[in-house]
Amino acid sequence: MESFTPISSLIGGILIGISSALLLMFNGRIAGISGITGALLDRSTTSDERGWRIAFTMGLVVAGVAAAFAAPTAFVSTIDRSTLSIVVAGLAVGFGTRTGSGCTSGHGVCGLGRLSPRSLVAVLTFIATGALTVFVVRTLFGGSI
Amino acid sequence: MNPSRKQAVLAGLSGVLFSVGLVLGGMTRPGKVVAFLDFFGDWDPSLAFVMGGAASVYLATYLGAAKKRKAPIIAPAFHLPTRKDVDGPLVVGAALFGVGWGLGGFCPGPALTSLGSGSLDVVVFVAAMLTGMGIRTFLNKRGSIANRVTGTA
Repeated sequence: MESFTPISSLIGGILIGISSALLLMFNGRIAGISGITGALLDRSTTSDERGWRIAFTMGLVVAGVAAAFAAPTAFVSTIDRSTLSIVVAGLAVGFGTRTGSGCTSGHGVCGLGRLSPRSLVAVLTFIATGALTVFVVRTLFGGSI
Repeated sequence: MNPSRKQAVLAGLSGVLFSVGLVLGGMTRPGKVVAFLDFFGDWDPSLAFVMGGAASVYLATYLGAAKKRKAPIIAPAFHLPTRKDVDGPLVVGAALFGVGWGLGGFCPGPALTSLGSGSLDVVVFVAAMLTGMGIRTFLNKRGSIANRVTGTA
């Protein structure tokens, strides 16, 4: 059971928006996590391209470590998933975001924020299949898979 | 400081701020993500406020400032996607991503941010996610049958 948290979620969203806007205004780059991190796995990514990507990814991870100390409850998982499900989910997220040129940040924040029709289609698609997956897991598997 | 170092510092700060936003917004709680996607059950619309808030700030910056500039502040040029067409890989990739998002309760940013929690599930998820990204890159280079199936050039 999750409670409705419009204020903290809106504040979090605004911070994400400011972070992405800074990367756009200063570096001219899209704050898309799958693209930023995914390109590090590509050997053809030049060292010039790697520096800022590593820095952004490290910023995410290091701030996450600090946040886990400051507010451990913000990382609590209340869903019941087997290791196999987690592996399948991770593979689908990694493969899917790189195939579809973006994730929640690249399409959902920066794409919608640039009024990109491709991103609108991507967002509607991943919310629809995400909702369908959650529906199937709840109704056919009792929420545990 | 040379320009690429400046850009790395800015990107690092941006990553930290992004991470804090994800945590405050509730994105690092897989149960909250699943509840957001549970439209036909006990729906928690909170995460719409995360995406809506973020996209609104971004839209205002893009239309109000970035679009009027020839170049960003500390880099020689904007690197922004220009494509407008909706193609197979976009839809198939987004669809697969959604399945993984609903199944695991994580998208890429919150998964990386949650590594700090020390949860083994998160480590497994991130390892699988990076593997999935790597497979896509590998297939792109090979120009394989899988690419033709999903229509990637």
